[in-house]
Amino acid sequence: MADEKQTKLDLNNLKAGGFIKERGKDLFTVRLRVPGGRMSVPRLKKIAEVAEKFGGEFVHLSVRQSIELININYKDFDAVVKALGEKDQKVASCGARVRVPVACGGCEYNPNGLVDTQKSALEVDEKLFGTPTGHHKFKVAFAGCPFDCPKSATNDIGFQGAIYPTLDKDACISCGLCAKNCVPKAIIMGEDNKPVFSNAPCIWCGDCVKVCPTSAWREAKRGYTVRIGGKWGRNPLVGTLFATFLPEDKAVDFIAAVLEWYKLKAEGLGRIRLGDTIIKEGPQELLAHLRHQFSEYIVAETIPPQVIATQIGK
Amino acid sequence: MQVIDLRGISCPTNFVKAKLALEELDDGTVAQVLLDDGEPVKNVPRSLKADGHKLLGLRQTDEGHYILELKKVEE
Repeated sequence: MADEKQTKLDLNNLKAGGFIKERGKDLFTVRLRVPGGRMSVPRLKKIAEVAEKFGGEFVHLSVRQSIELININYKDFDAVVKALGEKDQKVASCGARVRVPVACGGCEYNPNGLVDTQKSALEVDEKLFGTPTGHHKFKVAFAGCPFDCPKSATNDIGFQGAIYPTLDKDACISCGLCAKNCVPKAIIMGEDNKPVFSNAPCIWCGDCVKVCPTSAWREAKRGYTVRIGGKWGRNPLVGTLFATFLPEDKAVDFIAAVLEWYKLKAEGLGRIRLGDTIIKEGPQELLAHLRHQFSEYIVAETIPPQVIATQIGK
Repeated sequence: MQVIDLRGISCPTNFVKAKLALEELDDGTVAQVLLDDGEPVKNVPRSLKADGHKLLGLRQTDEGHYILELKKVEE
C-alpha cells in the first residue's frame, strides 16, 4: 500500500543471485554458498539459527551441496545476509553465472582421494564464483579419483584426480597384487612374472600404487583428468577429454581460459551452454585455444561432447 | 502511466526491484514494466503473476526490449 512504510533493501546483496522465487507470494529460497560441500560446525549452527528465525520448518540440501533456506520473505533479505555474515556464510548464485563448485571429500581423510579437491573447490570459488558468462550457467566439479562420486563429466568442466603409474622392476617382488587389483586390466602379469602395463585401458586410478607392498609401483604424474562440455537437464551431454594430469594449482587458470573462449564463441548464439557451443564450433577450436597456455597437458585430439539419451524405452 | 524500468538488470534483482516499486503503488494502478529479452522477459512476468498481479499485455519495442503492462493487485 502506498502509505505503508516502504521496504528498504540493499540490492547489492542480490548481484550474484542465489535468491530464488518460490511459489508463495513474497517468499524466496536463499541458496547458500558451500563450495565442495564442506560446512564448518559453527557455520552450521549459525545457519540453523537463521533458518529458525527467518525461514520455514526445514532447510533443503540441494543436489549441488548447498544448504537452501526455504520460505524467506524478501523483506528479510538484508537481515538474513547480515546474520549469516557473522559466521562468514555467504549466499550462492543462480542464472548465467559461474556456480559454486562441487567436490568430493578429497584426500585429507578419504583413502580413495588422489588429489585435494577441497582445496581446488575453495580456490575456484574464491576466484571465479558468480562471474557472469553472458550466456548460460557454468558448473564445475572436482572428483578426487576415477570413482568419480561427483559425476564430473556432467559439468561444464569436470576434474577427476588421476595418477600415472610407473614400475621399478627391481623393487618388484612378483606378488601379483597390482594385477589382481587392476579393475580395467591395464596390468597383467607377464611371462617373467613381472607386471606388464598398458596405458590404453588404464583409468589412472592409482590402485596399483596403493596396493604395491614394496613401492615398486610409484606415481610418475599426478593431477586432474579434465573433461569439458558436460551438463544434465533436458538435453544431457557427457563432457569429453581435453586435458590429462593438469596440475592442481592450474585449475583456476584453466577454467578462466575455458570461460574466455565460451564468452567469445557463444556470442550471438543466445542462451547456450558450453557443451552445445563446442558442438557448434568443433572441439579443435577450444583445444587450440587451451594449447596457448597449457600445451603439455592438452590431449592431441578429442571429440565433441556426446549426447546422453534419456528418453529410453519411451 | 507508472513505468518500472528494469532494463540492464539481471535476475533476481529485477524481480525484487519490481516488487519494491509495486509496493509504492495503490491497488488497481496500471503500470508498465520494461524488461530485457532473454531470461528477464521469461522469468519476471511469471513471478509477478504468481504474486497475484494481473498481467494485461506484453509487446516488444523496436529497440528490442519488452513492455509488460500490469495492474497491481493487493491480496
